[in-house]
Amino acid sequence: MSFPLLTVLAVLPLFGAAVLLIVPKPMARQVGLVFALATLVLGVVTALLATVGGRDFSETLVWIKTFGAHWALGPVDGLALVMVLATVILVPFLLIAEWNTVDLDDKWSARIYFALVLVTESLALFAFLANDLLLFYVFFEATLIPMYFLIGGFGGKRRGYAAIKFLLFGLGGGLIMLAAVVGAGAMSARQGTLSLLYSDLRLVDFNNGFGMAIFVCFLIAFALKNPMVPFHTWLPDAAEEGTPGSSALLVGVLDKLGTFGMIRVCLELFPDASRQAGQIMVLLGLISMIWGAMAAIAQKNLMRMIAFTSVSHFGFIVIGIFSFTTVSLSGAMFYMFGHAFSTAILFLAAGFLVRRRGTAEIAAYGGVQKVAPMLAAVFLIGGLSSLALPGFSSFVAEFMVIAGSFARHPILAGISSIGVVLSAMYILGTYQKVFTGPVTDQVVNTFGADTRRDLSWRERIAVGPLIALLLFFGFFPQPLLAPIADTAATTMHQVGLADPTPTLKGNN
Amino acid sequence: MDLSHTIMFSYAWLLIAIPLAGATILLLLGSAAKKWGHWLGTAVALASFVYGACLFAEMFLAPAEQRATDVPVYTLIDVGTWHVTFGLLIDQLSVLFILLITGVGSLIHIYSIGYMAHDERRSRFFGYLNLFIAAMLLLVTADSYLLMFFGWEGVGLASYLLISFWQERPAAAAAGKKAFVMNRIGDLGVILAMSLLFTTVGSVQYSEVFAAANRIPVATATLIGFFLLLGACGKSAQVPLQAWLLDAMEGPTPVSALIHAATMVTAGVYVITRSGAIFDHAPAAATGVVIVGTVTMLAGAWIGTSKDDIKKALAGSTMSQIGYMMMAAGIGGPAYAYAIFHLLTHGFFKANMFLGAGSVMHGMDDDVNMRRMGGLAKFMRITTVTFAMGYLAIIGFPLFSGFFSKDHIIVAAFGYNPVIGICAMIGALITAYYMTRMMLLTFYGKRRWVEPQEANPNRLPVRHPHESPLTMTIPLIVLALFSIGAGLLMNHWIGQWLHPVTDPAHPHEVTFGEGLIEAFTNPLAWITLVLVAIGIGLGWLVFGRNRDIPLEAPRPNLAEQIGRNDLYGDAINNAAVVHPFLAGTEGVAKADEGIIDGVAVGSAGVIGGLSTQLKRAQTGYVRSYAVTMTAGVIVVGLVLILGQLA
Repeated sequence: MSFPLLTVLAVLPLFGAAVLLIVPKPMARQVGLVFALATLVLGVVTALLATVGGRDFSETLVWIKTFGAHWALGPVDGLALVMVLATVILVPFLLIAEWNTVDLDDKWSARIYFALVLVTESLALFAFLANDLLLFYVFFEATLIPMYFLIGGFGGKRRGYAAIKFLLFGLGGGLIMLAAVVGAGAMSARQGTLSLLYSDLRLVDFNNGFGMAIFVCFLIAFALKNPMVPFHTWLPDAAEEGTPGSSALLVGVLDKLGTFGMIRVCLELFPDASRQAGQIMVLLGLISMIWGAMAAIAQKNLMRMIAFTSVSHFGFIVIGIFSFTTVSLSGAMFYMFGHAFSTAILFLAAGFLVRRRGTAEIAAYGGVQKVAPMLAAVFLIGGLSSLALPGFSSFVAEFMVIAGSFARHPILAGISSIGVVLSAMYILGTYQKVFTGPVTDQVVNTFGADTRRDLSWRERIAVGPLIALLLFFGFFPQPLLAPIADTAATTMHQVGLADPTPTLKGNN
Repeated sequence: MDLSHTIMFSYAWLLIAIPLAGATILLLLGSAAKKWGHWLGTAVALASFVYGACLFAEMFLAPAEQRATDVPVYTLIDVGTWHVTFGLLIDQLSVLFILLITGVGSLIHIYSIGYMAHDERRSRFFGYLNLFIAAMLLLVTADSYLLMFFGWEGVGLASYLLISFWQERPAAAAAGKKAFVMNRIGDLGVILAMSLLFTTVGSVQYSEVFAAANRIPVATATLIGFFLLLGACGKSAQVPLQAWLLDAMEGPTPVSALIHAATMVTAGVYVITRSGAIFDHAPAAATGVVIVGTVTMLAGAWIGTSKDDIKKALAGSTMSQIGYMMMAAGIGGPAYAYAIFHLLTHGFFKANMFLGAGSVMHGMDDDVNMRRMGGLAKFMRITTVTFAMGYLAIIGFPLFSGFFSKDHIIVAAFGYNPVIGICAMIGALITAYYMTRMMLLTFYGKRRWVEPQEANPNRLPVRHPHESPLTMTIPLIVLALFSIGAGLLMNHWIGQWLHPVTDPAHPHEVTFGEGLIEAFTNPLAWITLVLVAIGIGLGWLVFGRNRDIPLEAPRPNLAEQIGRNDLYGDAINNAAVVHPFLAGTEGVAKADEGIIDGVAVGSAGVIGGLSTQLKRAQTGYVRSYAVTMTAGVIVVGLVLILGQLA
């Protein structure tokens, strides 16, 4: 057996978390960051070896024979690649951003925070790399635990409520999904040998009523995770109460497990059911997108506003997934990558604001750009990425979703383009209220009259590279789109649908 | 065979990279570049201009069939059925835009050195200007709709940043946002047009789209045409998406001159001209363009007659003149070249007048109200003379640049449809009226202000008008020269030059080589001249003759009232769209919190009997959950391990 690189990659942050618990407290943050950076390096190297080098790092070991479960990770295809990259790149910058802000008391110290983030990273990596349904389920569920403590331990005043709400929604989805995993195993056993390996499950015929029920259970579990309207109300609370870093980790990485599962589990294992559900899911995605955007426009709290923009963005991703074209599906995966960073930038920038002013209420601000021009610029840039301005990777992704879906559902995709107007409203409207106009007295009292309390170097380092990354892939998306498109084409093949041919090409 | 093998063309991307690099440096360095930022910004614009001029020279010397050159740079997207390259199309059409953007752009950079001298954030201003130049160049040189859209939204961003440059002013911040959001409504049209192109043609590369254009079903082509028109309406401030342009005057005046007069707002005309092959195949959409152009031409002129704010009057005029260009672009065929011709001359004379207005404001403590001006000719000679050249050009005084370019459009409009033709002529009359009003109110007649040392019995505003520094007057002089001569210079030439791009269907039809003679022999030209004379006369009767102009506007008549309120564009938008929509968002937010979350939390509480626990959680007993959770994890782990053993 070859070197289990993927296991090592995913275990590394977990190991780091364990080390954090024994190193002297003053060194904990440095050690945590070293492990996050090491994971970043290893993750990028793995990604390069898997794509450019064409290496296959798959590992398969029998885990629980009675359940047909395997310790199976990899191969690192385009979908796994973008999510692994998004995770390993995001985490160190979140830690840098939260460097000085999470030492609440002896119990909830920075050491615990850093350790919990690393545990979350590890579990998420396992889930993204899993090649076995039970393995995926276990890690999908396990992420709830560290995230629960991140929200409940380090958040705002109502953090207990937000954390338990997050947990209940998560457990609810988990229970439904557990039933589905068991059902899938049962069907696999009935049709031959019991195996929960994706590759074996793809051969199982789920094309009957029971299979449809299993599919719907998965779909609900993922829709709770994404989250889609009307299962989304835990997210604004979690985002409002969690620290900015936790919220970025939650929305940027963990929520992606939902859309990730929709592709990896729903589309790839249940192609027939997915095809039948396609149009409804596109419609539901559209509703989520518009509902989230309209709610975002009316929000009075920065963190809730950002949470609702994500509900809206997840709607776009769902549209892309269930439109079944190589372009829209690739767009959805690329969207998942870029969204992790644009949302993180917004959460972190909002966090920088809240740290200075002491509140996330939008009305408490005004004229901030005068006293913190760099902070204003960072928020605006994150916002421009969120509203999918060309030049940011989010534009390529969003356009691929809209125009790709257009080939399958011209009316629904056409309506979805309204999202470009709504996003401009919630981003620029918020920017206008918080940053422009005359500087208010409260802002002067908390920020000071000059720009001395603008972003510190540490804060700049936390967001600068993320911005550079979004811009790079905005102008040069192809290096990531190439592996993504391969996976999208494979998935399309599994779903059993061909791309619609352009009408003029068809006539030739 | 084209020019892509030449060194200048093969590195054509430098044209965009140079100003982009300037913008990046200036914006990253921020106040560190305070001392020299404006020089770098200007040097970068000039370098682009020199590069553009070299490209033009090389193209000019090449045989006609070799001129249009496509320079592929790299693969942007290659997924499924999509293959989009990042490539630049430098042809007879885009090269003229390159010269306009970098030429007028450089002059406005130079002007801004003086105009923004006292602004703390001057180097950031130059960074934004550089960003604009880069985006605008990308817009006109892109070889596909998708890449064009990068530039299209890029100029939208630059416009947003520059309109709200003085962000501490709430009006400026609001105007910037309004411009961006209204532009996005137009952008939605471009996105839908591209989506349709992908599903029908399978590509958004110009070369493939135009080659296949006449095989696109007419209904689809019409839809594409209307979507592109929607985009053009947003970017070019055409009815019904016109309302942002007047507010955009909140931006510094050089911005109004460069972005909201000479270049960006004409991008809609560019796109429609570029998409000629589609509109030729979709007559209904082309008619839509003509109607939109005509309506905006008259609406803008109407607004121009009743504004006291010199910049807003000029903005109304810009809408109106772009309306002329849209009209010509909609008429199509040889008229595409007229649209571009007028676009270029307008770029010169309108930039000239906006910068002139800026020079006036510079001398009048940033006042924009023409009612508080008057008699400035004696105090600001260069500004007055150069502004007068712009004035003569826009009203179409014989041999001035606007005379040639506008007459072609009027003649073409008559050939297209007499009603449109008559509208075009009425527009010329109103233009002459409001521009005469502007000249007289600003530069002539009685002074409605006093110098600081003078007695001031009537409580007039105290001003000390003075001529602007050389960095500001030199660009004025250069633009004035072009306002005079650009028409004569290009009239014989531009039709021939643009022909292969804009009207390839009629290769042997020389349409307006003899324009100069035609302009005097065509009776329509004479009628137009008479109407212009009437317009001037009317303006003089109302505002000339040394009349007393009240400082406060007198009670307006109905027409003036409507014009002052921008034909109620904002009121209509607010009542029909904005307010109901915002109420809708409030409703959504309430329903989200009250109904959806209420049901979710309520049912969770009932089902799990957890409502009491929820209350406990709110008081912060997280640790007990920690214990519960840990216990749960251990149980799950044990089950799994036991499963392994079984």
